[in-house]
Amino acid sequence: MELKTPLYDVHIEEGGKIVPFAGYLLPVQYTGGVIKEHMAVRQAAGLFDVSHMGEIRFTGPTALDTLNHLLTNDFTDMPVGKVRYSVMCNEKGGVIDDLVIYKFGEEDYLAVVNAANRHKDYAHMAANLLPGTKAEDVSDSVAQLALQGPAAPAILGRLLPEESMPKKYYTAVRDVSLGGMKCMISRTGYTGEAGYEIYTAPENAVALWKLLRETGREDGLIPCGLGARDTLRLEAAMPLYGHEMNEDITPLEAGLGFGVKLNKPDFIGKAALVAAGEPTRVRVGLVVTGRGIAREHQDVFLNGERIGATTSGTHCPAVGKAVAMALVDASHSAPGTFVEVDIRGRRIGAEIVPLPFYKR
Amino acid sequence: MSNIPAELKYTASHEWIRTEGDLYVIGLTDFAQSSLGDIVFIELPQEGDAVTMGESFADVESVKAVSGVFSPVSGTVAAVNEALIDNPALLNEAPYDAWLIKVSGAQEVGELLDAAGYEAVCKAEEA
Repeated sequence: MELKTPLYDVHIEEGGKIVPFAGYLLPVQYTGGVIKEHMAVRQAAGLFDVSHMGEIRFTGPTALDTLNHLLTNDFTDMPVGKVRYSVMCNEKGGVIDDLVIYKFGEEDYLAVVNAANRHKDYAHMAANLLPGTKAEDVSDSVAQLALQGPAAPAILGRLLPEESMPKKYYTAVRDVSLGGMKCMISRTGYTGEAGYEIYTAPENAVALWKLLRETGREDGLIPCGLGARDTLRLEAAMPLYGHEMNEDITPLEAGLGFGVKLNKPDFIGKAALVAAGEPTRVRVGLVVTGRGIAREHQDVFLNGERIGATTSGTHCPAVGKAVAMALVDASHSAPGTFVEVDIRGRRIGAEIVPLPFYKR
Repeated sequence: MSNIPAELKYTASHEWIRTEGDLYVIGLTDFAQSSLGDIVFIELPQEGDAVTMGESFADVESVKAVSGVFSPVSGTVAAVNEALIDNPALLNEAPYDAWLIKVSGAQEVGELLDAAGYEAVCKAEEA
């Protein structure tokens, strides 16, 4: 039985094509289709319902120590009002989930996690809390909208005084009144564009959606579904849990070393990551040079020898090419390497390229 | 509700069929293109290739998914709509104009539905 987000009826009204995803009924696209939605975010603005995301609050005098123990990034010097990306590893160094941490006070943090992993994450976190930290799954009391695209700052700027808007990437402002609704707003997103993620109580979600929808109409804002969310993140080479990472892939293999602080005293998975040393397989970008579209879980060959497999792939509208990400042998991962991808029994050419495919 | 022209025949796997003399002209229905979403790539057979009733002769790919296209007849590919290779979006824009292949020398012909029969198939899948 799938859950509905507070915006379910709005998605139906907007012509959304509803599919089950991570335990929720969500729109995969609206009437205009994935390409139109994708391009709206690249050129104007898009509005996404991401209320399915999980939120777990950490409070107490040892909350910082708990996060430093559970997560690979280092939160020690993090200022209040900042947002920081991290991975959560198991003892083997595999990825349990990737997430972002918001800091609201010295003893007050919020973790935003993937919907599909929410219960697994909370169980792991609760089992590994230090004494003096409380963790609370508050997902059901939080709705989240993502306003993404180059027009997003102007749209929000018509609704808010400048001091209420987060200015720098990965910062957040709390207790903002947006159309009379109390919101937390961060300059974050999953599209590779400028934009915001806006958190509010579920009972505000419909009014907030309509406010942003109307305010952005003149800028070309349209609602966007899961399909565009996936093509946008892939084009921006942002990893997705269950594709570029899972419990058998380390964050170093996935190219997430920037969020892994091996110089920290200790964290779950550190010993395994240190013991494994330099990764022998790495995440790369592929641009298809032959005829076809690479999808996930397709084998990658170099001179007839299998060197790895794709983790995500599709045709990306803004770059106008079929692209994929793949995990391949580190020794064959140099940009400029020409490989082949096995597409349902047919091998087509592809070139390893630097990531991301798209940069604003 | 998708568009289902009365003058065409259909398969339960969402192909439409029209006859031109002894040629079978095969395309993808409006329901199929709408389910797939934006179509960005198509792999077609070549003129002279054999097609077999009930077997896939083409791959159609949208940003979301890949789908085979199944031949309702066994025979030989007499013509291929090359325009689709450069502009697969034609399948979304005008599904009943954007034929994929024409088959000649049809030996076997599978069960074809009329518009009412096909509409029932679509309704069942939407439910």
